[in-house]
Amino acid sequence: MPEVTLIKAVNDALATEMARDPSVCVLGEDVGREGGVFRATEGLFRRFGQERVIDTPLNEVGIVGMAIGMAMNGLRPVAEIEFSDFIYPAFDQIVSEMAKMRYRSAGQFTAAVVVRAPSGGGIKGGHYHSQSPEAYFIHTAGLVVVMPSTPSDAKGLLASAIRGEDPVIFLEPKALYRTVKEEVPQGEHLVPIGKGRIVRPGDDLTLITWGAMVPVAEKAAESATAEGASVEVIDPRTLWPLDIGMIEASVNRTGRAVILHEAPRTCGFGAEVAALIQERCFLHLKSPVGRVTGFDTPFPYALEKSYLPDPERTLRAVRAALEF
Amino acid sequence: MTDAEILSVLRPDGTVDPSLDPGLPDPELLSLYRHMALLRAIDEKAVALQRSGRIGFFVPSTGQEACSIGAGHAVREGDWIFPAYRDHGVGLMRGYPLAALVGQILGNTADATRGRQMPNHWCDRSIHLVSVSSPVATQLPHAVGAAYAAKVRGERIAVLATFGDGGTSTGDFHAAMNFTGVFRLPVVFFCENNRYAISHRVEDQTATRTLAEKAPAYGLPGVRVDGNDVLAVRKVVGDAMGRARAGEGGTLIEALTYRLGPHSTSDDPTVYRSEEEVAAWRGKDPIRRFAAFLMGRGLLEDPAAEEAGAKEIVRRAVEAAEDAPPVPLSSMFEDVYAEIPWHLAEQRDSLLSGKG
Repeated sequence: MPEVTLIKAVNDALATEMARDPSVCVLGEDVGREGGVFRATEGLFRRFGQERVIDTPLNEVGIVGMAIGMAMNGLRPVAEIEFSDFIYPAFDQIVSEMAKMRYRSAGQFTAAVVVRAPSGGGIKGGHYHSQSPEAYFIHTAGLVVVMPSTPSDAKGLLASAIRGEDPVIFLEPKALYRTVKEEVPQGEHLVPIGKGRIVRPGDDLTLITWGAMVPVAEKAAESATAEGASVEVIDPRTLWPLDIGMIEASVNRTGRAVILHEAPRTCGFGAEVAALIQERCFLHLKSPVGRVTGFDTPFPYALEKSYLPDPERTLRAVRAALEF
Repeated sequence: MTDAEILSVLRPDGTVDPSLDPGLPDPELLSLYRHMALLRAIDEKAVALQRSGRIGFFVPSTGQEACSIGAGHAVREGDWIFPAYRDHGVGLMRGYPLAALVGQILGNTADATRGRQMPNHWCDRSIHLVSVSSPVATQLPHAVGAAYAAKVRGERIAVLATFGDGGTSTGDFHAAMNFTGVFRLPVVFFCENNRYAISHRVEDQTATRTLAEKAPAYGLPGVRVDGNDVLAVRKVVGDAMGRARAGEGGTLIEALTYRLGPHSTSDDPTVYRSEEEVAAWRGKDPIRRFAAFLMGRGLLEDPAAEEAGAKEIVRRAVEAAEDAPPVPLSSMFEDVYAEIPWHLAEQRDSLLSGKG
């Protein structure tokens, strides 16, 4: 198996699914001739033609709204929002239309659109190229929210999202697009929606994290090992519906949990995960559930490195839980 | 643009302009009339149901029957309809059953959409009548997507999207018109300019003199039609749908009409418009105007009897559906996703057990 980057794995998933199913289309700004600003759709325009790889006018309402209509009429559209920071103009189309089509029509119409969006910080992009909006979409009934952290998961989860019957917000950690490389299965490759991954097993504490924070968590776990603590790192991969079974089993065993995410703290997804853990694992808990997160400020440009959680800040939260 | 450029077919004296007559066969003409009368009867009954507390809400279309019935008649099998909430006539004319419409209003087990939405939010997959939402004009970009899918498959169909004058101010209208122009898609944008978006006058909705003149900015033709003239609406929408099916792209149609009733049963229009204005438009009632034409042709003898008959049909439809059982509690958790995920199963079980 060849070693590929996460962005290449996304490209591979799109090409593989488009070759397999002629109803799969890609649409968005600069996705055609340009091949996407991050090159996620490179080569697709030449291979599959302009009818299936659609360069759209600059309008996110139009992109998502059009994708909904395409999905209602038999296509499987994958809409790209150039940065997840630009997704907000399409918020109404996503939360009131795409997410609700099945429910409000009692299953007569569905909008199984995949909306891909590069997400998160770490590229010196300032407020408008760095946000992590997952919590908005997790809060919305009817959406599946996915965020892979490895090339293999990116390919397999995107393929599953495209084949699935539910609308999916597929957030790609852009900081990892070219910084992680691994062997990815060639040809058709599926990773199931709704199943987490134990990144690293451990016995003393469960560290739950996703996206670009997964490598941060791994480094923190390594440092903890040097201090004599065994930390289990879990990447849910599908943020919603969450693989609660995996988290519950782990925390019931370790008795301690810390949640790590780069999105702001208040009403971040970590708050929901913490609530679920205390509801389900209360009698096993040896310490309060900890959170390491971005701050409740706009995403700062110059102070990005201090805003984003790092291994040191994570390790402090791990130590606090272990020493409680 | 002058009033002369507003296309009318029915003359004030009850005759038609023969050069513009869409030439529908007699049974079709009568069918248009009966559907308009049915629509009016539905309004009356639904408003009465709301006033007596048997339903929570209704959006009437009284005064605009020529728009939705005329447009609905131009829709063919295979076409798609993306309607606004006031356009039940489009679906009704296309064959959406009265029983289904009444069931949706009641929101009980007679509702094919399981009581999921308030009245006026109907849909029917079998005739491509797409689910209505409350936010204005959000259906327009969907029409673009459905048209795109049909176009890439080489289907010669048209997509009808209906909305009001207020809808032309939305970003969704702009996006959909622009995409339709750019991709040269078979979408017919049918704008019912009923002069008010709730209380807001159309003169204050836009600085352009007409709504149709927005179309050229998107590379589309824009036409104006007398929206109280069912034959004119039928002709203009039919022509636009025909061009769309032939691959000649989309059209914006501005139908000039008037909402005689309130925006909804929650609205009091006396706050924002005069009795004189309403009375003037009542004199242009589209049903009476069309009835005069049919009587002149010898196709209709007793409009009062027809209208009483329509009321009876609606009364019976309500009677048949009103006592249907309420939707089951468990249905609240279904159709959120293709399959019920763990958290919804837990919430459902908790509610059903009485412990939630």
